[in-house]
Amino acid sequence: MIDSAVVVTEENTAEIRPDEVITQSRALKDEGFRFVTMSSAELAESVCVLYHFDKDLEIRNLRVDVPKGSKIGSIATVYSCAFLVENEIKEHFGVDFDGIPLDFQGMMYNDEEVQRTPFCNIGIKRV
Amino acid sequence: MFMTKTILKNLLTKYATRLYPFQKREPFKHSKGELKIVMEKCILCGVCQMRCPSQCISVDKQAKTWKVDPFACVYCGVCVDACPVKCLYQESLYRTPLAEKDMVVHVQQPKEAAEPAAT
Amino acid sequence: MAKTVLPFGPQHPVLPEPLHLTLAIEDEIVKEAIPKLGYVHRGLEKLAEIRDHNQMIYIVERVCGICSCMHALCYCQGIEALMGLEVPERARYLRTIWSEMHRIHSHLLWLGLFADAFGFESLFMQFWRIRERVMDLQEETAGNRVILSVNQVGGVRRDITAESAQWILETLKLAEKELLQLKSTILDDTTVKLRTVGKGVLTKEKAYELGAAGPTLRASGVAQDMRQTGYAAYSELDFAPIVETDGDCYARTVVRFKEALQAIDLIRQCFAKIPQGELSVKPKGLPTGEVVSRVEQPRGEVLYYLRGSGKKFLERVRIRTPTFANIPPLLDMLPGCDLADVPVLILTIDPCISCTER
Ligand code: SF4
Ligand code: SF4
Repeated sequence: MIDSAVVVTEENTAEIRPDEVITQSRALKDEGFRFVTMSSAELAESVCVLYHFDKDLEIRNLRVDVPKGSKIGSIATVYSCAFLVENEIKEHFGVDFDGIPLDFQGMMYNDEEVQRTPFCNIGIKRV
Repeated sequence: MFMTKTILKNLLTKYATRLYPFQKREPFKHSKGELKIVMEKCILCGVCQMRCPSQCISVDKQAKTWKVDPFACVYCGVCVDACPVKCLYQESLYRTPLAEKDMVVHVQQPKEAAEPAAT
Repeated sequence: MAKTVLPFGPQHPVLPEPLHLTLAIEDEIVKEAIPKLGYVHRGLEKLAEIRDHNQMIYIVERVCGICSCMHALCYCQGIEALMGLEVPERARYLRTIWSEMHRIHSHLLWLGLFADAFGFESLFMQFWRIRERVMDLQEETAGNRVILSVNQVGGVRRDITAESAQWILETLKLAEKELLQLKSTILDDTTVKLRTVGKGVLTKEKAYELGAAGPTLRASGVAQDMRQTGYAAYSELDFAPIVETDGDCYARTVVRFKEALQAIDLIRQCFAKIPQGELSVKPKGLPTGEVVSRVEQPRGEVLYYLRGSGKKFLERVRIRTPTFANIPPLLDMLPGCDLADVPVLILTIDPCISCTER
């Protein structure tokens, strides 16, 4: 039986570097994994971004530690549906995703006058 | 032709809806309705205030008051379960609408004042 | 012909919730669709910083006004996994019963709204009349009609008595009978079929790749349902996901209709098997670690990512709701369809915007 509540452990989670996300997620896609979503949490110096994938109900995660306010490649080229959640994380945590096809510029939920990200308290860059 | 049966049936059966203000449904016995307190039993411990997810109860030990903002209360019944002396309960009816916001404040009568009457 | 840009929503007669799409149309044919969210963003995830992990149960229930019970179930399941709690068997069955009641009322709500979307008002009324019976069941057993507040960490807060169980089974029998009477209208009627068959086709590959969830995914032929993992009591019930292969609006309607009937059957199975016993175990300790918890809601799988650090307050609560996952497939379906079909297509993913934006 597969658990529906899975504690994140080393078994199901691979730690990767920020520059590896695209290649790693492409590898998972080739194995037939489905993109579920991404989660993020604020750590002391960085933002931890978790990519969740699943195949036959089994979950697999990729963990990336992104230094606060820095850039990371968008995986929307691999999984096109990732653009929404990337926009959300960009807006809430200030993680800059490089090359989102539909970029809301941090205004998906928030209004223009919002100057700081709600979760990870840093300023939002607007282009 | 094939609709005749349905039409006749609908003419002969009752309304599907209730004629509301004249005819009211009996409330279910365990509905989580209006929040009430038996103030004499309350020990002002503040557990309900701590547990309430919408933080709408305030207990003041000094002034011996128990206050609830019924407009912030979400009627979850957590306080009712948490109260150690079971002095909170929920009616099965909801509060009626009001034109203005109000607070429900209960003040506990000092014990000494109540006792001399008995002796 | 030049493209015309047409805003669709956030206020539209067909939409129960404020979804906003910017449609680029060319001669009544949609060429492009761009979503805009943010009308009902409430920032509920942020509340985890000022409400402890027990109070959060009642907050996550309010993420969605339709599938509240499953949100709490998913959240509690995550916390229980972190604490290593074993939920008593009776509680697992009761959770299943309430979840399935939610599924019935949510699918009936959708079937009604969907009928309304193509202008079949009386069918809308009929479905909602049946739904009212299920709402009554929820009010009687849980005390509230929609936001049940029955889950707690370690189990459930209320029991269903034997008399209530009897009454529930009788009411469900009646609801099933009434539902079957409507079957030929929603599934066989020519006008209904003209609006649904072959519209908004989502192929199996696309649905999988775009991360669709729930009935939207299953109507495209992918047999994926979180209930297969056997959370709560599903592992002990006879359950198989309902799958259709066409991937059009009609297939999605069929899936939801059949799931409503299946949910009635699952509740019956639960009552036949439910054991006596404890309702809840006392949680010990505080949640530490990270967990990903998933549950099947009427609209699809919901994902909770919880991160606790041994404090009363969780560090992070992250919620991915099914509609969030179903927006990219919707954007894929829209190009190429008639403007008149846009409302029908949008409704077939069962959009719940308040839970998408949280
Ligand atoms: S928990 Fe009960 S006894 Fe304590 S303050 Fe609240 S109402 Fe009074
Ligand atoms: S019912 Fe719930 S919201 Fe209302 S006062 Fe009690 S704990 Fe608070």
